Amino acid sequence: MSSEIKQILTTDGIPLEVSLKKAEKKNKIKAFLLVAPLLLFLIITYVFPIGEMFSRSIDDKMITNMLPKTFKEMEKWDGQELPPEEVFTAFYYDFKVLVEKQEHGKLGQRLNKEKNGFNSITKKLFRQVKRKKIDESISIKEQIMKVHKRWRTVEYWQAIKRTAPPYTMSKYLKGMDMYYAADGSITQVDEDRRIHRILWLRTLEIAFFVTLFCFLMGYPIAHLLATLPMKYSNLLMICVLLPFWTSLLVRTASWMILLQQQGVVNDFFVMIGLVADDNRPEMMYNKVGTYVAMTQILLPFMVLPLYSVMKTISPSLMRAGKSLGGTPFVAFYKVYFPLTIPGIGAGCLLVFILAIGYYITPALVGGASGTLISNQIAFHMKQTLDWSFASAMGLMLLSGVLVIYWIYNKLVGVDNIKLG
Amino acid sequence: MSKNPEFVKFDKVDKSYDGKVLVVKDLQLDIAEGEFITMLGPSGSGKTTCLMMLAGFETPTHGEILLDGNIISNIPPHKRGIGMVFQNYALFPHMTVYENLAFPLRVRKVEKDEIDKKVDKALSMVSLNGFETRMPAQLSGGQQQRVAVARALVFDPAVVLMDEPLGALDKNLRESMQYEIKHIHESIGVTVVYVTHDQSEALTMSNRIAVFNDGKVQQLSNPAELYEKPVNSFVAEFIGENNTFNGEVVDIAKDKCKVKLENSEILANPISVKSKGEKTTVSLRPERALINPTDKMDNMFTGKIEEVIYHGDHTRVRLNLLGSSEFILKVPNSTSNLELKVSEDINIGWNSTDARALDPK
Repeated sequence: MSSEIKQILTTDGIPLEVSLKKAEKKNKIKAFLLVAPLLLFLIITYVFPIGEMFSRSIDDKMITNMLPKTFKEMEKWDGQELPPEEVFTAFYYDFKVLVEKQEHGKLGQRLNKEKNGFNSITKKLFRQVKRKKIDESISIKEQIMKVHKRWRTVEYWQAIKRTAPPYTMSKYLKGMDMYYAADGSITQVDEDRRIHRILWLRTLEIAFFVTLFCFLMGYPIAHLLATLPMKYSNLLMICVLLPFWTSLLVRTASWMILLQQQGVVNDFFVMIGLVADDNRPEMMYNKVGTYVAMTQILLPFMVLPLYSVMKTISPSLMRAGKSLGGTPFVAFYKVYFPLTIPGIGAGCLLVFILAIGYYITPALVGGASGTLISNQIAFHMKQTLDWSFASAMGLMLLSGVLVIYWIYNKLVGVDNIKLG
Repeated sequence: MSKNPEFVKFDKVDKSYDGKVLVVKDLQLDIAEGEFITMLGPSGSGKTTCLMMLAGFETPTHGEILLDGNIISNIPPHKRGIGMVFQNYALFPHMTVYENLAFPLRVRKVEKDEIDKKVDKALSMVSLNGFETRMPAQLSGGQQQRVAVARALVFDPAVVLMDEPLGALDKNLRESMQYEIKHIHESIGVTVVYVTHDQSEALTMSNRIAVFNDGKVQQLSNPAELYEKPVNSFVAEFIGENNTFNGEVVDIAKDKCKVKLENSEILANPISVKSKGEKTTVSLRPERALINPTDKMDNMFTGKIEEVIYHGDHTRVRLNLLGSSEFILKVPNSTSNLELKVSEDINIGWNSTDARALDPK
């Protein structure tokens, strides 16, 4: 028997496959042209910015471009003892160019970040070069070493060598409270300065609990929505959606009014005698405020996917479960609940991912203990102007979300998610 | 073994959903043990409501439902031990066939070996052995239906309720499933309460049929009696085809009455008319009227053929007879077929016993 499949021909002798491709080619082109604008839009607004963010976060070309000759010579240097004459000479000529371009100050600042003390010794060297005190005909190494004793110290030259690669992961390490030590090894910062790790953990924790609260509150609401007669369920649906249509800022601001120490909720607690007037609990500018406001704001994202899944579950399934002898709880747990898992999956994923990158609400009601990693990113974008660090943290957040999505896919299966 | 003739008893049951309209009115119905009873009626006639009350998903507004002598109105559905087959099967889509069938046994804490045995037995009953690991979505409609039947029977319930279980199947499959369900019923002797709006289904399967209309049982009898001897014009109209004449009783005897139509008189069998002067609707099955009768018959008339429609096994003839052009005749097709031509006159005759004078429409 021949293993080859006999080629099927159309009536005019063209192979069927070729003919089919030809027939569908036009449609394929049409389809592509239809989605092309959107594709372009996605590339411009999504792929490019993320690529730009990535390149900014690892970019360290400044010194690489400032000291090209030096780094070329340094390749031959093993980094154990003081570099040879050639490195010093190359450094001198690089530095001279910088002095002419008046960029030596930037070099000093940047190197100072790598190792303290660079700023002053580059200034000293600058003065020597400016006054043309360096004699290019004799050993430049000797002359530079005389400028300051630090130029004679091997650690400073090692620091320069570390800046040689055009790319660096130091921003990412910083995001995890780590840095490159003098010998190039990765070291943790002192315990009392590890702020980012706390923020990451807090972001995860708040996102997790907000998701949990949304689930606990959203599930019964969605069930009610799906089972009530149309005339009531429409009203309830509007109640669920109304906050959805209100500006995020307005909603957060109204939570501020409600939760502040002289606010409505506290007044009510005092009125019913739950707390003393002079001992009003702080419900804002801490985690409580963040939890309350974020749960309320993200609730529709849990309710809607759950609702759309529950709507498709026939009420006769619960009846079947009961008529077959299951108590209402067993019928719910064994029949109804497993069928809502796609909705739970979609809702939880949506809420969690939205919560993990939430910004406005924690910024307004979170205070010091209720802010999240996105607030930190915004801080570096707007206050310190360390965009590369902000980019690095943004990307870490993005990859964190992707990792969560991946784990989620392993546990629940993306096929099991139903968004609407 | 004596069978309990009042195994399921509806005792003066009323049901209203909104407090204004009674969906079920004063229902009195006894179902014997091992009986196959069908509740037949148009939609909105209250038949499904009765079934739901029996299953425990609705509570009677008034009256009691008894199962084997015990009042069950206050027992929740899961404790009634009544199997149910739903309209759209209601198989659990996330469970395999085996798990679906094992569900009622697992919640009853039956031993694993016992479950295997019972599931196997139930599946062989509907000839679906080997389908244990399939998911419901991988089964055809007919197979899903059988799984649903097997699931309702697997825990040996005393009563099985079926709510239009064959509604979603195509005609051929529906017919074969009717026989299958009938045979299962015969072999295991379970009491079945079956709800349908399809009269041929009801006639095929049931021991007795309760015809529902307007929240009331119009007639409760076996299929033959229901078809041959409808007690009122609703039943006559609903079950099978029939020709009707509206008129007034002018003379009445024990088993015959004379009904005056618009411009003629016919002899009929007085069923629900008692005295002269009453309005009545006379019902006659189309196959009871004969063409060119050889014997002497009570009613002999001549009509004009308006339409001849060939139906395969029989031919339908529409006649203009006694002032009505809607008189239908069913003529079986045989080799010695009559030459029936439109606008020809033909002689028709029927016996007065077959013409039932019922309540006026």
